[in-house]
Amino acid sequence: MKITFERRAALSRPVLFAAPVIALSLAMLTSLILFAALGKPAGQALYSLLLEPFVGWYNISEVLLKMGPLMLIAQGLAIGFRANVFNIGAEGQLIIGALCASALPVYFPEGSSPLMLPAMIAMGALGGAAWAGIAAGLRVRFNANEILVTLMLTLIATQVLNYLLLGPWKDPHGFNFPQSVTFPDAALLPILLTGTRVNISLLAALLVSALAYVMMRHRFSGYQLLVGGLAPRAARYAGFTEARAVWVSLLLGGLMAGLAGACEVAGPLGQLQRSVSTGYGYSAIIVAYLGGLNPLGIVVSAFLMAALFIGGDNAMVSADLPVAAVFVFQGLLLVFYLASLTFIRHRVILNWTRRA
Amino acid sequence: MTILAFILAGTLAAATPLLLAALGELITERAGVLNLGIEGMMALGAAVGFVVTYNTHAPVLGFAAAALAGLALSLVFAMLALGFMANQVAAGLAIGVLGLGLSSLIGKPLESQTLDAPAKLAIPLLADLPVIGALFEQDLVVFLTLALAVVIWAVLNHSKLGLIIRAVGENPSAARALGFRVLRIRLAAVAFGGAMAGMAGAYASTIYTPLWADGMIAGRGWIAVALVVFGTWAAGRIVFGALLFGALSLGGLIAQAAGVALPSQLLASLPYGVTILMLAVISSNRRRMRLNTVASLGQPFAG
Repeated sequence: MKITFERRAALSRPVLFAAPVIALSLAMLTSLILFAALGKPAGQALYSLLLEPFVGWYNISEVLLKMGPLMLIAQGLAIGFRANVFNIGAEGQLIIGALCASALPVYFPEGSSPLMLPAMIAMGALGGAAWAGIAAGLRVRFNANEILVTLMLTLIATQVLNYLLLGPWKDPHGFNFPQSVTFPDAALLPILLTGTRVNISLLAALLVSALAYVMMRHRFSGYQLLVGGLAPRAARYAGFTEARAVWVSLLLGGLMAGLAGACEVAGPLGQLQRSVSTGYGYSAIIVAYLGGLNPLGIVVSAFLMAALFIGGDNAMVSADLPVAAVFVFQGLLLVFYLASLTFIRHRVILNWTRRA
Repeated sequence: MTILAFILAGTLAAATPLLLAALGELITERAGVLNLGIEGMMALGAAVGFVVTYNTHAPVLGFAAAALAGLALSLVFAMLALGFMANQVAAGLAIGVLGLGLSSLIGKPLESQTLDAPAKLAIPLLADLPVIGALFEQDLVVFLTLALAVVIWAVLNHSKLGLIIRAVGENPSAARALGFRVLRIRLAAVAFGGAMAGMAGAYASTIYTPLWADGMIAGRGWIAVALVVFGTWAAGRIVFGALLFGALSLGGLIAQAAGVALPSQLLASLPYGVTILMLAVISSNRRRMRLNTVASLGQPFAG
């Protein structure tokens, strides 16, 4: 038997929606087997991972809390991924964004100006964009691969964070913990849903998603970006350049990640910590792909991934699973999704006659 | 041992895991496949190698198991990138996340456990030389890796097998027209890269720092990928690059020897910063990059 893939003239709609569901089911099945092989209560683990996040208002609100940054970052990354500009350093851009936003409350811990919060948000977003901008500049000017540069910048950002929290920015009354002072009220985002930790950054993330959708569907700029990245030569003849696709993709990606970082320190954390990001920057890559690089799809996949994060926390307690289990699950999810994506783009033809 | 001798000796050892992984990736990329999952495969190899060596006290078994683990993970990558013609960047990232997750999961029960460092071999006469003698007193893997670099250079440039691998990478359609099975050759190249990355991880966890700590690979897989670019897809230049990064990762020792006190975070960032710098310097020569870059790198091929 010979299996061949024939490229479809148009993407298959039914498969487009089925692919994430199939990927999720296969990832569940595989991890079930894997957890069982490791001697963990597999059923309990899967229940904690996938269902418990939706049991009770508190769990749901925590999912919404995690969904914000994932959605924000993934929307930014998807712009680049659609144009074949691969920013995989959102984690570092988030950290730098969080750092820049924290500078104000760290140096003015008693500050009460109503301008403090907007300034922090702006500094965070700009900081993230600037960090990603380094990669854009190096790619455009020196042809340096943005995948490697953004990743290296993330590793450096982590060291900068460690340096500040172990040294100059360490809370002098913090019992030597590597964390900053707790922020004053003027540096904190207002709560959106009373009684929970969900703040108004969720609205911002949804707004950004709507904007991303409009930009992709209805604006010429979105189209230019796509062509600039996908077919640099064709784009140049048409008057827009690969360089612009690189700049726009990386700056917007960095901006969103920086914004997410600022919203974390001004939101649920209320201070700068070493664990300012629990892998949001990396998970957002998976969120972007699972959402089909589509702004609306990303809203759904961000919700799913956020649930997985909360589920992972639950599973740590109830099924004695390490945090890493979440990453295994995420990796499996993307593996199966990429495999099922093939069926969106291709028709599978089984040929039973043997080749002569 | 003087501090200089210590640095010389340490450079080779620090370069070895980078070199093992980069040589594997060299073969993979020369065949036209971009595998960005090296970091994950190294991490998995490190965990598997450590667990097996810890339980069997046989480093050889640890290396073999690590090679198999890296190979197994690379086959998952091959399934996506070659079988399903998925985007190779995305497939590599998926494998990376999966490998890092599996690595933590497998290593978890042995967190902070240590192994005995293996004995070193001294090359007679050479090891007795003043100062540079330390270069010739290393563990076996260091010598084997250097020998392997020579073998890979010879195979790529002076053998029929190397010619086939390069043909598949430069022009897969022409290679197929000549009767070569492009996907099979690519699969073998990916598998080789995976096994090498697995062993690179085992070297890092069982010999270089024989202690299990989660996240111990710390970007070395990515530096290995970058090394292939710096070395502009040539084995000799990759060896040189790996030695440079080996020396850089000893930045702390070197700074201490020079009598300067720098924050440890700055020293830890040094290899990453230099990676960016080198990428910019080497890639900016667009003509040379175009001449050396594997023509079909990262592009799926319908077999």
